Amino acid sequence: MSSEPLAAEVAVRLIPIPRPRSAGPSTIGAPTIEKETRAEEELDLAWHVVVHNDPVNLMSYVTMVFQRVFGYPRDRAERHMLEVHQKGRSILWSGMRERAELYVQQLHGYLLLATIEKVS
Amino acid sequence: MEIRRRKNQIEISDLDPFLAELLRQIPASANTEGAPAAEQRIFSLPINGKETELCAEWKMYVEPELRRLFQTATQTVGADLEQLNGNEQSLANRTLRIPTKHADAWLSALNQARLVIAAKNNFTERELSDHLRSPIGSRRDLSLFQVNLYGFLQEFILRELDC
Repeated sequence: MSSEPLAAEVAVRLIPIPRPRSAGPSTIGAPTIEKETRAEEELDLAWHVVVHNDPVNLMSYVTMVFQRVFGYPRDRAERHMLEVHQKGRSILWSGMRERAELYVQQLHGYLLLATIEKVS
Repeated sequence: MEIRRRKNQIEISDLDPFLAELLRQIPASANTEGAPAAEQRIFSLPINGKETELCAEWKMYVEPELRRLFQTATQTVGADLEQLNGNEQSLANRTLRIPTKHADAWLSALNQARLVIAAKNNFTERELSDHLRSPIGSRRDLSLFQVNLYGFLQEFILRELDC
């Protein structure tokens, strides 16, 4: 990869989507409520960032994007790129929804076909 | 056409008027206006299925930022391409010098143009892999040649970034 910084004019500015959180319980200390909150957090962890095949984007370009966006080493980025190419899709990352959305936003900034998916 | 790295520039020399004209068309080719298929591809949705709330928020907050980002890249490329302006009637070959700090803008603009052309022409994967097709046959063949030329340039820039 180039040691030069990304040109400022093409850097993807990440915008977390402002979204109202579900109203918290008024009795925070109650054990049943805490269980519900934990379950909610666990659900929030279960999101995939999926990249879909696209016949136009170059393989070398897709590999570079995976390296830049996720910080993956080249061999891992290439493995994902080949999975996208051969199987039509690859799960690049899993975790919390908000971060997954930010990754998808970055991938769209590089013009890749990417979506978030809830883990079934 | 010759393409090489010279210090902090990528130099494309011996550019004949036909290829120069195709390069000049990069910003215009990246324009999705009046092409719903291209618009849909460039601004694809972040989720499959029926999560309309996220899609609406995406359109409101993220899409304008992406639009600005893509436009900035094509403007940078457009400014670089001004080197090719003037003396359009001449058959002499030209030289285009791209500052390496504009490499990312070029990668983006070339990608935008390739995706928009492919979407407008509804090219199949098979057509896109057919690199030997003549550009002379039809407007569609010429568009395919354009996609491949821009792809070749992208490959070169990527290789240079990798060095």
